[in-house]
Amino acid sequence: MTLLDVVIFLPLVAFLIVLVLPKDSRDAIRTFSLVSSTAIFLLSLGLIGPFWFASPGKFVFETDIPWIDSPAIHYHVAIDGISLWLVILTTLLTPICVLVSWRSVDKRVKEFFAFLLLLEFGLVGVFCALDFFLFFVFWEVSLVPMYFLIGVWGHDRRIYAAVKFFLYTMAGSALMLVAIIYLYNQAGTFDYVKILAGLQNRSIAVTYQEQFLLFLAFFIAFAIKVPLFPLHTWLPDAHVEAPTAGSVMLASVMLKMGTYGLLRFCVPMFPAAARNAAGWISVLAIIGIIYGALVAMVQPNMKKLVAYSSVSHLGFVVLGIFSFTQQGFDGAVYQMLNHGVSTGALFILVGFLYERRHSLEIAAYGGVATPAPKLSTVFMITMLASIGLPMLNNFVGEYLVLQGVSIVNFRWAVFAAIGVILSACYMLWLYQRLFFGPASDDLTHHMPDLNIREYVIIVPLIALMLWMGTFTQSFIPPISASNGVLLGPIDARRDVHVLRAPPEEPFTHASRELANAR
Amino acid sequence: MPVNFAPSAADYLRFLPEIIMIVAGTLIMFIEPLLGEKRKEGLSFLTVVAFLAALVAAVMANNDPGTAFSKMLIVDSFATFFRVLVIGVGILTVLCSAQYLRIEHAASAEYYALLLFSVTGQCIMAAANELIMIFIGLEISSIATYILAGYLRDDKRNNEAALKYFLLGSFATAFLLYGIAWIYGTTGSTNLTDIRTYLLTPGSQRNVTLASISAALMFVGFAFKVSAAPFQVWAPDVYQGAPAPVTLFMSAGPKAAAFAVFLRVFNTAFAPITDRWEPFVWSSALLTMIIGNFAALAQSNIKRLLAYSSIAHAGYVMVAVAAHNQVGIAAAMFYLAAYAFMNIGAFAVVTHFSRQGEKYVNVEDLAGLGWKQPVTAALFSIFLLSLIGVPLTGGFFGKFYIFKAALDAHLVWLSVLGLLNSAVAAYYYLRILVVMYMQEPGESTATLQPLGIGIRTALWASALGTLILGIFPSTLLNFARNASVLIK
Repeated sequence: MTLLDVVIFLPLVAFLIVLVLPKDSRDAIRTFSLVSSTAIFLLSLGLIGPFWFASPGKFVFETDIPWIDSPAIHYHVAIDGISLWLVILTTLLTPICVLVSWRSVDKRVKEFFAFLLLLEFGLVGVFCALDFFLFFVFWEVSLVPMYFLIGVWGHDRRIYAAVKFFLYTMAGSALMLVAIIYLYNQAGTFDYVKILAGLQNRSIAVTYQEQFLLFLAFFIAFAIKVPLFPLHTWLPDAHVEAPTAGSVMLASVMLKMGTYGLLRFCVPMFPAAARNAAGWISVLAIIGIIYGALVAMVQPNMKKLVAYSSVSHLGFVVLGIFSFTQQGFDGAVYQMLNHGVSTGALFILVGFLYERRHSLEIAAYGGVATPAPKLSTVFMITMLASIGLPMLNNFVGEYLVLQGVSIVNFRWAVFAAIGVILSACYMLWLYQRLFFGPASDDLTHHMPDLNIREYVIIVPLIALMLWMGTFTQSFIPPISASNGVLLGPIDARRDVHVLRAPPEEPFTHASRELANAR
Repeated sequence: MPVNFAPSAADYLRFLPEIIMIVAGTLIMFIEPLLGEKRKEGLSFLTVVAFLAALVAAVMANNDPGTAFSKMLIVDSFATFFRVLVIGVGILTVLCSAQYLRIEHAASAEYYALLLFSVTGQCIMAAANELIMIFIGLEISSIATYILAGYLRDDKRNNEAALKYFLLGSFATAFLLYGIAWIYGTTGSTNLTDIRTYLLTPGSQRNVTLASISAALMFVGFAFKVSAAPFQVWAPDVYQGAPAPVTLFMSAGPKAAAFAVFLRVFNTAFAPITDRWEPFVWSSALLTMIIGNFAALAQSNIKRLLAYSSIAHAGYVMVAVAAHNQVGIAAAMFYLAAYAFMNIGAFAVVTHFSRQGEKYVNVEDLAGLGWKQPVTAALFSIFLLSLIGVPLTGGFFGKFYIFKAALDAHLVWLSVLGLLNSAVAAYYYLRILVVMYMQEPGESTATLQPLGIGIRTALWASALGTLILGIFPSTLLNFARNASVLIK
């Protein structure tokens, strides 16, 4: 049993313990959830160990034991540089979500925290599973608690949003299940590593047509989750109606299940199909970037605005992945983490405002900066991070993606960059409407500044934004190494125009070093 | 030398479960007048004991597999699997019935006796190796179930259900009998192995058409019993009208037994002409899934909703039948077991919730159950998630295995459409979850009594079964796979 197994299963244990705690001792439930999720986070930091001095690029903390003999299903988990940070992002955000919900969730407290911990179990599992069946199990298991979190503790139209969210994902995963079984029948195993190797050395024979259909089945399931335009329509509903903790987990972690799936499974396993589809997928991603930004601009509801900004940001990730370049891949993974931190923080801050004034309408605010200057400051930093200001995290990710894309197709990079400009428009305008201008008396009375709990929640995220924006080297090397491994076989079959050497840039230094080493 | 027709002791041992249940059923009716009004509760206890004894006998019989009564019956692991399954369904039904019958003031010996007889018929079906035995088993099971469907004889809906079930059921059985007559005329035998041998013999080609027609006629009979399209119309009315615990029983027991004979007949006797019947089963499977799932979307009565869901699930099993390979048979067996658990669980909650005169059977009535009785609602959620097919439940693994079998048999489109269907199905199951957890409690939940001991046991047992089949399916799966090899 490795540390990773502990990190995967502790949330489940904590979930079961919360279930048996007495319903009325709310504070005990809250405290227990906080302590256990913090402990899990601290343990998960230990996972960085093997990546600290060297970036192996391969899987570590591997456990592979049979679960069901026939069909041969294994409990096979491990992490590489890509999974590492996503796992830590999940374990970091769970205690933060517990704190966020400390006061705002006051009915059915026990069930809420139980579902939050169950969600953590599913999400951590998704990023570690290397057996397709196991992956699918975690994929669906994470769906159920999120459905309840939205449906029970959400806002007015929560039921509609919860059902829509569930059905969209369910429809996508039905196709994925067919593809998984089909692969099993071809390969005789559910093991990702074996299947990938088999597909690469052609010991698993699939025709191009089969490959394309398999690619499509996986792609649709993941694209719904990302969500890629035009499959995004569940997202604004789910984000807006979910309670703050639900929005945070949904935006920061759950959406990454989709992009992670694309990066880990879709592209490396079916490179030929992925390459041929890259054109229209990139176009959809660019449409998503611009469309998401434009729609965000006209939203009167601030949560919806942040939700549409997610569509826009996730478009960058997809674009990066389908550029098939080291920079694009690195940028995509980094952007996943950035989006997790900064959009998560935005949702939390919107939640803070909502707790004070009980409205999500932007028009209900104005002049918040006067009564609550500290809140305004952290909001400002988060907002600037989300726009992509240099020295803050999103800049690095967006930059790498744009660079990767420009190697492949410069025009796409230009269009995608429009999205960055638009994001500055809607974010600055939002900030202006919320925080500047004269504050009404009514608002001033209901707008206390940040309290200790809120500091504890937001300061780590702000620190991360700065850290990730300045000391990129602390995070990028393991990501680059693992991306290099994924990209290697695809690289070999590159066409000419991507063979051009990318220009020297400080942020890609690590990746280039690694590329040279290879 | 005169042939000795007297059955041997081994024959009786192989038939022991049925003997126990018949004797117990008859005894219970004898005992009833001796018991006072107050002690009628004891009858359910006696029935459970009889079922348990039969269960033990069925398991013991598997230690010495073989045929009995001049090859009329066969005890193999396939038969044992279904015998244990239907007897288990019987036990759970009794556990769920006691409270219901007490509330309706209808506890009596004939209810339990009929239940025992019906299960006996299903056991015979599971073990039958010959078409006439299949027919007899089917009739024993069906006639007992017809009466059970109309058990509360002063209730109009019960009468309607029983009459509908009886008329349509007899009609379908007539088709089956006609098919049997035809195959006898063609091959000169009603023994499944002999029919198979005949169809495999070269030179018998000219009679394949006749055999196919008889297969089609028998398909009609079986499809009716498993409520597969286009012979499913009776199911919603009957399931809705019958008393809730009887519906619980009907949706699990007789259905499993009917699938058992379906699988056995079509995979042994008619295996040589697979290419003739496979397209029919294929289209019937697809149609059944679509009709069941889409019709369920519009239901507000929870019994009717679960009836359509039960049709849809029959469709999934039909996919496994259409795959006509060993994985398919094993998948169907596994799915029927998982389905028995989750469906009995769901209907047990409905039974508990409906109360006198089945007053509360609308989906909306369940509002707020999640906060009024968290444990009941949590167990119900497990059953519903299993019916949706969420991983870590038996329903998911069963479905997974069925579609694996279908892909093995290269039924790619059937699998894709089937799985998309299950996404549609999620909608109406989710609606129940929505009502239970996301709406405020109403008058119907406020007056709800706590769970009775019998129904509580049944609920926990079903939930445990559902979860075990979802997390550790290996044991049952291996058994099912071995059994599927044998009947081929």
